[in-house]
Formats: sequence, structure tokens, C-alpha cells
Amino acid sequence: MIQKLVWENVRHRPLRTLLSALLIAIPVTLVLTLVGLSRGMLEDHRRRTQGVGADVLVRPKGASFMSGTTSAPIPEAMIAFLEKQPHVKLATGIVVQPLSGPFSTAAGIDLEKFTRMNGGFRFLSGGPFQQKDDVIVDQYFAQEQKVRAGDTITLMNRQWTVRGIVEPGVLNRVFMDLRHLQDLTGNTGKLGQIYLKLDAPENTDTVIASLKTLLEDYPIWSMKELATLYTMDNVPALRSFINVMIGIAMVIGFAVVCLSMYMAVLQRTREVGILKSLGASRAFILGMILREAVLLAAVGTVLGIGLTFAGNWLLATLAPSSFPPSTVPDWWPMALLISLGGAVLGALYPGMRAASQDPIEALAYE
Amino acid sequence: MNDGGPIIHVENLRKVFRVGKVEVEALRGVNLTVTPGEFVSIIGPSGSGKSTLFHIVGGLTPATSGIVRVAGKDLSRMSDAGRTILRKQTVSFVFQRFNLLPTLTAADNIAVARHLAGRNHTGADPEFEQILDLLGIAKRLHHKPNELSGGEQQRVAIARAVVNRPAILLADEPTGNLDSVNSQTVLGLLKRLNQELGQTILMITHDPEAAAYGDHIVSMRDGRIVSQPPARLA
Ligand SMILES: Nc1ncnc2c1ncn2[C@@H]1O[C@H](COP(=O)(O)OP(=O)(O)OP(=O)(O)O)[C@@H](O)[C@H]1O
Ligand SMILES: [Mg+2]
Repeated sequence: MIQKLVWENVRHRPLRTLLSALLIAIPVTLVLTLVGLSRGMLEDHRRRTQGVGADVLVRPKGASFMSGTTSAPIPEAMIAFLEKQPHVKLATGIVVQPLSGPFSTAAGIDLEKFTRMNGGFRFLSGGPFQQKDDVIVDQYFAQEQKVRAGDTITLMNRQWTVRGIVEPGVLNRVFMDLRHLQDLTGNTGKLGQIYLKLDAPENTDTVIASLKTLLEDYPIWSMKELATLYTMDNVPALRSFINVMIGIAMVIGFAVVCLSMYMAVLQRTREVGILKSLGASRAFILGMILREAVLLAAVGTVLGIGLTFAGNWLLATLAPSSFPPSTVPDWWPMALLISLGGAVLGALYPGMRAASQDPIEALAYE
Repeated sequence: MNDGGPIIHVENLRKVFRVGKVEVEALRGVNLTVTPGEFVSIIGPSGSGKSTLFHIVGGLTPATSGIVRVAGKDLSRMSDAGRTILRKQTVSFVFQRFNLLPTLTAADNIAVARHLAGRNHTGADPEFEQILDLLGIAKRLHHKPNELSGGEQQRVAIARAVVNRPAILLADEPTGNLDSVNSQTVLGLLKRLNQELGQTILMITHDPEAAAYGDHIVSMRDGRIVSQPPARLA
């Protein structure tokens, strides 16, 4: 019966219900989109790292697994040294240069060696570098920048020719000639990181063990291990960022529900008076208001999840290269918990006020 | 329940409202006795304290002083929770403004009262069917209040009030918002409930014709009862 009362209350004022649910949906969407983006970016990173086709990665001294390498402190002579090691079939170095956007970089590669390592780019149009000022970009980047093979594009304050467009999923979105990029950035003869391909992947552990004794202080990762590190828990800044967003979402949800339920209680003063005259207890009235809040939160969460899909679609259409979207169904229960928590807390005060209303005054209320 | 004794016993009842620094004495020593099965009409000028008396007897508000016993329970010592239980089990109200829940159908309005009294059974209930028949609303049960006429709304409100077989039905100007035809229907129904089911009824009215439906007429003035009815069995 109490369910029916709540349900009919909600149905009786559809506009208020819809608005409240929408306002609850917004923080839900916010959290889900942020988590989705963070995870999508990490996942994309991981995929591209694996797309290199290497078995081992050598980083400069003091680098962490995800540091954006803007300097290039490894001497090029290291390549020859590494290629002499047992089981190492191929070694190739890259430099990474930040571009204008916060998430976008260009990778300088030795195309011939890089091709041998990953089995070659899959060109969708155009082809390999022909001259120094050529770039190869992936499909997402091309889509976002609206460029085609043969177009010119400005990067790092210079004009470049888009020579080829490739399938995404290999290392980076923008590729330049290694030597040219080294010269342009004053890093001639120096590398940002080095990828190794071995004769057989089973030898990875042996090679890493021996390299670690030879190259003290250089972080050396197996590519397999590296892939497992791309999770949110390994990026503390991301984790706390998301926690802050959850906090904000809860406060918004709390305020929205509090206001909305306060209005609802005021609107329903007479109805509360009627129920009290029929012998409804305080607990009954409070329970009714809380249930309504829970219902609004549930509807709001579902709406929020829906909006997340809409948002993802929008991002995928507008900026696929910066924001690879990802839906995060495993976070839906969390989103529900957040909005339920906010809703119950927010409904508590209006609910208690309604429960302790004087029935005679409530019945006289217009 | 209370073997032959009075169902309502009110002695020297006072009620003082405090509005800011001003004190309003709504009831100044009311004495009233009602025996089970009586139909008492209460008349009196506006502001004489009729509704206030009902609110106290019905457990909507506490008395300031005096003795109030309803169906064997002492209301002067009753807590807020105790009065809630009284409202759900022992007394029920019919108001001038009908006071149906606007979001629910007539049937659900009645079901809420049953639910609150803890009587949720949905099986056949011949006695209740009889009441619905008597009230003539069986066909209108699935409409919401705004789809019902005033007379129909008041009949639903009466059905809701008697569904839990309360010891006392308090009707505060039940025909105040009705035209004369509907008034007569409602008054006739109250009379039948009183005669056929033995329902004890107290009814406030401004209309002498309506008051005549009661067994006795009590008149109030300035917070006092000025003419006490003779005892029923006399
Ligand atoms: N909540 C309240 N606060 C202050 N004064 C009140 C309150 N309720 C009633 N009164 C006062 O108590 C007196 C009696 O009021 P009551 O409503 O009982 O009169 P009544 O006989 O029912 O009048 P009416 O015929 O107009 O309904 C009036 O003077 C009224 O102003
Ligand atoms: Mg009155």
C-alpha cells in the first residue's frame, strides 16, 4: 500500500518527478563519464603500447611506467649495444614530443625498423614517409582534424604533409621521422625510449634479468607486465580526482533531493495531515518520503546511465582521438549507491518535518 | 469494549491556544457524556469550540486540562504515539472538505485506512460490501476524487471512516460543502449507519434541519455546552 501511495504521488506530478530525476541524473552522468574516459584513455594507451609488437621496453633513468617522456636522454649508441645482447633480434628507439592539446603527442620513429617490429602499419590511405616533413596519422586523429592523405597540417608551428593515414592502435596517433624530430627538438643522437624484439617471447625474463645487471638504474619492463599496469589504481592522481568528483556528485545529489523533497512535502502538507488523521504514524510518513526519494534516485540513476551513453556518442563523434570513450557497467552499482546515499540523506530532513507536522494545522493548509 | 458505560466521557475540559502572547480559550469547562450507539448533533455559533472539542476527542490534539475518556481510554495521559493509535483504531473523522487523498482512487483511499489499521486482507468482506452498497458508491470506486461529485466524495470519505469499524465517528460539518439533495443523502446514510450498524456518531452542523437527524442536539456557546441532552435510555 505504501508503495502505491509513493508511486501515485510520483505519477501525480510528472513534471516535478522528471525534473528531480533529471537533476539526480546529472551527477551520475558526470561520474560515469569521467570514470569511462579515464578508463578509456588507459585502455587505449595499453592497446597502443601492445601494438608496438615489442617484448621489452627500456626507459631512461628515473622514469615511471607512464611518464610522458619529453626529454630524450638515452644515447643512440645504446641501440647497437642492445642489439648485441643474446636473444635480442631488433632494437628501435623513439622520441615523444608533446603537441598542442593536453593529451596529444607525436612520436618520432625509425619507420624501417619500426615496421619490422610491428609487422607494418595498416595504411587506410596514402603511404610511408617520402620526405622529412611528412607525418603519418591514425584514423581518429585524421577524423578529428579533418585531414586526408596529401593535406598539409600545422604541428609544432611548422607545416607538415599528411603522407599516410593508418589504422589506430599502434603506439601513437601522430608519427614523424625520428631523425628529423630529434634535430627539430635539439635531441640529435638521443632517444626517449627503446623497444626490443626478442627471438622468442619466452626469453623475456632471461633478457630482462641480464639487462638489469648491465644497465643499472634503467627501468626495464616486459611489455606484458606493462600492459597490466594500465589501471586506475596505478595512477594515484586519477584515483583521487575521481574520488573528488564522486564527493561533488554526492553533494549535488543531496542538495537536489533535499530541495525537491522539501517542495514535495510542502506541496503535500494537507495529504500528510489526512494520513495523520487516519492514524498514520511518524514512521509511516517518514518511510513514505524516504521511499519516494529512493524511487527518484533510482529513476535518476537509470536516466543518468542513459545520458552517459548519449555523452559517449557525442565525444566519439566530436573528439575520438583525445577521448576514446568507454562505458563502465561495473560502475553502475556505484552510481546507484551514490545517488541513493545522496537521496536518503537529502530526504531525511524534509521527511522528519513532515512526520512531525501538526495534523490540525496540516489539514487547514491550503 | 466498555460494558454499557459511556463511550465518551468529558469532564471540565479546557483548551487554551497560545498565539504569540495572546491566549485564546477555545474550551472553558466542557462536560459531555455519550453512550454507545448514540447519534449526537452539535450546534453552536462559529468559534464556539465545536471543532476543537472534536479534535481533542479524536486525538488530533491534547487537552489543556480536564478528563477525557474515549472507549475506556484516558486521553489526558496519552502521548502523541498513543493518540496516533487511537486515531487508527478507535475514532475516525469525516470533514467538511472531504479530505480524500487526491492521488488515489476512491478504492485506494479506503484501502489506505485499512492498511493503516493493519487490516490488509483482500479477501471477501461481506460486511464491507454491505457498507459500500449502503453508501451507493460501489460503481465509483475506481475513480479519483477529482472525477467524483462532492456528494460522492463525501460518501467515499464516510466509507473510509467506517471501514475499520471505529467506536466513534466524528463528522465535522459533513454537509457544509454539499447542496441540499446531496446533504440529505449523506445525512440519511449517517442515520442508517447509526441505526443498522449501531455506529456511534457525533456530528457538528450549522443547519437545524441536519441537526434533527441526531438523537439529541447539544448546543455550544463560548467554549461551553449550554444544553446537555437527556440520557438516551431515559
Ligand atoms: N490552532 C488554533 N490556534 C489558535 N486559536 C484557535 C486554534 N484553533 C481554534 N482556535 C480558536 O478557538 C476558538 C474555537 O474554534 P473552533 O474551530 O473550535 O470553533 P468552531 O465552533 O468549530 O467554529 P466554526 O463553526 O466556525 O467551525 C476560536 O476562537 C478559534 O479562533
Ligand atoms: Mg469548526
